[in-house]
Amino acid sequence: MSDITRSTGTQMVKRGLAEMLKGGVIMDVVDPAQAKIAEDAGAVAVMALERVPSDIRRDGGVARMSDPEMVEGIKEIVTIPVMAKARIGHFAEAQILQALGVDYVDESEVLTPADEAHHIDKWAFTVPFVCGATNLGEALRRISEGACMIRSKGEAGTGNIVEAVRHLRSIIGDMRRITQADEAELFDWAKRLQAPLPLVQEIAETGELPVPMFCAGGIATPADASLVMQLGAQAVFVGSGIFKSDDPAPRARAIVEAATNFEDPTILARVSRGLGNAMPGLEIGELETRLADRGW
Amino acid sequence: MKVGVLALQGAFARHVQVLGELGLAVVEVRAVHELSDVDALVLPGGESTTMSMLLDSSGLRNAVADRLFAGMPALGTCAGMILLATHVADARPDQRSFGAIDIDLRRNGYGRQVDSFEADLSVSGFEGTFPGVFIRAPVVDRVGEGVEVLATADGHPVLCRQGAVMVASFHPEMSGDRRIHEEFLDLAFTILADE
Repeated sequence: MSDITRSTGTQMVKRGLAEMLKGGVIMDVVDPAQAKIAEDAGAVAVMALERVPSDIRRDGGVARMSDPEMVEGIKEIVTIPVMAKARIGHFAEAQILQALGVDYVDESEVLTPADEAHHIDKWAFTVPFVCGATNLGEALRRISEGACMIRSKGEAGTGNIVEAVRHLRSIIGDMRRITQADEAELFDWAKRLQAPLPLVQEIAETGELPVPMFCAGGIATPADASLVMQLGAQAVFVGSGIFKSDDPAPRARAIVEAATNFEDPTILARVSRGLGNAMPGLEIGELETRLADRGW
Repeated sequence: MKVGVLALQGAFARHVQVLGELGLAVVEVRAVHELSDVDALVLPGGESTTMSMLLDSSGLRNAVADRLFAGMPALGTCAGMILLATHVADARPDQRSFGAIDIDLRRNGYGRQVDSFEADLSVSGFEGTFPGVFIRAPVVDRVGEGVEVLATADGHPVLCRQGAVMVASFHPEMSGDRRIHEEFLDLAFTILADE
């Protein structure tokens, strides 16, 4: 007999897990061995996927949800939360990931979109969702669909931080402007952002998103992590940046140290030493596919 | 009284906010010299494996252990409770705890995120219930004789106290109810006044 009444899947517990990940690093891993390296280095969570974004970019073709066997293999090997990606709009993939017991679902533009108009109705799930955004309107549309964490999209698989910085500056800059707007102007903000008015009004009051905001897309060095966290990101996702570098374990650890000490250049200088080559980067202007353009 | 919040990773900003609202001077603790300024310490929720690694690299591991041994009042929530416990099951083999309170627990004992839950709790000495927010929470399997159990859920202790140390397997910093923080501050004031 239970002496308490448990409510699962509430906004409080979904957003709450994102609160617990703040100040941390979430690392992309493609197999249990990488997951172990990530956990050993101090990752707060791992993102299980079949190919890191730079390989998806190179290989082309349709990128889908990972094989459940691979997700389960990673769940067994680590004690930290395990996230996995579903295609935009592919609620069946998300249902499978929930049944597998993953701790967060990333409805991700890195995979090939399954629906050209609709994102997943995330309110219908017990598992929480993170979604990417390039601007405030996109972030608020995802929150209105039930996302409990927002991350910048950046441009995944490039090792180039410029897009993530643009997205963060756009989101944070607009929030700052909204706090200066009067009541009448908020209606116009909602219209221009194509976002629900109550969420715009909430930002006018609090000055921040109602859910945690993390950074993803292009982080390759401890300095990159420090940059985006000083801009206002509350934690970082590192995709190809770790396991496409020369020496993943020390780099992973250095980025974890950077996420905690992002305002201390002396510590950043120490942890940035002797990490070997970062992943090879790509110029945004020379890309065939812009992943950040996916999502509506 | 100056209260520190261990700010290596996790939900430390929420604790800072609650303690600030209660009128306290609050210090975020990431380095040894910041710890020496504080009279009491809050260890927040987050990932205990990550915090454990950062405790070593920052040099805070020994500094916090020394202060706890000397009787510094401490409040640990969720991962913070894991760090203060005596024995932790289902943890990484290299994960070490401070042993500041005589309890044994299991990490993620309530299950994965889909099993995370809210539940109203009866807390000894509180009027009405307290909103418990359990996120991948640890389960307490054993409490020592000197440990006072202040709340239970399904037969497992969820809020405990021993000497100057208070621990919760849930997140009082998330719920908007400040009574557990107030209780801890009362405890800390009493202990510090006796010194």
